Amino acid sequence: MNGLVYLTDVVTLVLDRSKCSGCRMCMEVCPHAVFGIEHKKAVILHKDFCMECGACAKNCKEGAITVKSGVGCAAGIINGILRGTEPTCDCGSTGNCC
Amino acid sequence: MMTGYIHGEIETTAGLFPRIETQWNRSDYWGAIKTRWSVGRMKYRVAPGIYAVGDPDRNSRVFVTGNYKLSFDHLRRALTGMNGWILVIDTKGINVWCAAGKGTFSTKEIVRRIRIHHLEQVVDHRKIIVPQLGATGVAAHEVKKMTGFTVIYGPVLAEDIKAFIDAGLKATEAMRHVTFPLVERVKLIPVDIFYGKYYMLIVPLVFLILSGLYPGGYSVDLALISGGKSAINLFSGYFAGCVLTPALLPWIPFRRFSAKGVVTGWFVALLLLLAGTLGLTLTEKVSWFLMMGALSSFMAMNFTGSSTYTSLSGVQKEMKTALPAQIAMASLGFMGWIITKFVSI
Ligand code: SF4
Ligand code: SF4
Repeated sequence: MNGLVYLTDVVTLVLDRSKCSGCRMCMEVCPHAVFGIEHKKAVILHKDFCMECGACAKNCKEGAITVKSGVGCAAGIINGILRGTEPTCDCGSTGNCC
Repeated sequence: MMTGYIHGEIETTAGLFPRIETQWNRSDYWGAIKTRWSVGRMKYRVAPGIYAVGDPDRNSRVFVTGNYKLSFDHLRRALTGMNGWILVIDTKGINVWCAAGKGTFSTKEIVRRIRIHHLEQVVDHRKIIVPQLGATGVAAHEVKKMTGFTVIYGPVLAEDIKAFIDAGLKATEAMRHVTFPLVERVKLIPVDIFYGKYYMLIVPLVFLILSGLYPGGYSVDLALISGGKSAINLFSGYFAGCVLTPALLPWIPFRRFSAKGVVTGWFVALLLLLAGTLGLTLTEKVSWFLMMGALSSFMAMNFTGSSTYTSLSGVQKEMKTALPAQIAMASLGFMGWIITKFVSI
């Protein structure tokens, strides 16, 4: 993790263990090691590492994970405020900015 | 269009496919540099479709990527010495991570490309390797349901692909995780520098013009001397926010990017103060601290867009207090600075 943790206790990630089948897909796709497995079911180990990318929720076929995903990007949020929409990134086709 | 990376074709029962080089040539390197500095980025695309690497056959692996040329280039270079297929999907020329977030690197587009290019006729197996960072836009189980192809998420970095394959399509923990080391942060700095583009010319110009004001009227000489100093202060604040902050990120106190920006902005202001060029009067000095802090803070906050660990909820929370604070600091500083033009305090 490189020692980089953003703000704590803000992330919207929720796991419903009762739906989990223990397939480990969430562990595979998560870029920040948020999940682990305990008693054959997924657990959230490091909630504050989550960047709300949404990959886990998208790839959980049991629908056990919910997260309000979006771009964690100030410019995107300003864009959204100016247009009265959800945070949106509109940098044309540029490569690195989202 | 002439493309240097294609050399010849390969014939299969599903048709002819271009065969590509895995080595980068001079124009590939040049292109990579140009895109970093956002020159001509819009046109940096690859035509979607199937490409052959080496001498692939019906059992060779299939790698999926977006049609941003840099993503494609990193992938083909990582496949040096291997035989395989690359399926380039249309992400409108955007890199995989961003395209997945925007929904162009998606389940739908993968399914569509598999169908258009008849991937099932090119290979006998039913597996595609998709970059892990694409997972934000792709639901593996849906791709499977719609096309029969199993999605295997490859490592975050293309350069780990060889190790991933040698390990039997298994990624180590480290290959799965996104880190944000100095090199990566520094590479993103150019993008941020250009964020301000015209403003960074207009704003110093406004300061330059206003600098000519003095109690007795207007002086062009004064505008040039004092305005020049203002420009230096402004550029320093900008530099603190979009170069110093990203580069020194983990070592600057505070978690909020906006707070980190104030730290670097004030640090630079302090250096100018010690050098004796920040301002003449106390009010002017304080004003510059306020303005440079605000500017640096704003630019630093913008770096959340390039960082790889900030969440939407977090940035929203941060901005709720940071943005008003930045505006207040900047306005206060500006007013203070204007006042010093007329009253020497
Ligand atoms: S992807 Fe869903 S079902 Fe699979 S382990 Fe994670 S939470 Fe459980
Ligand atoms: S939203 Fe992204 S970062 Fe957060 S837990 Fe899911 S995969 Fe990991």
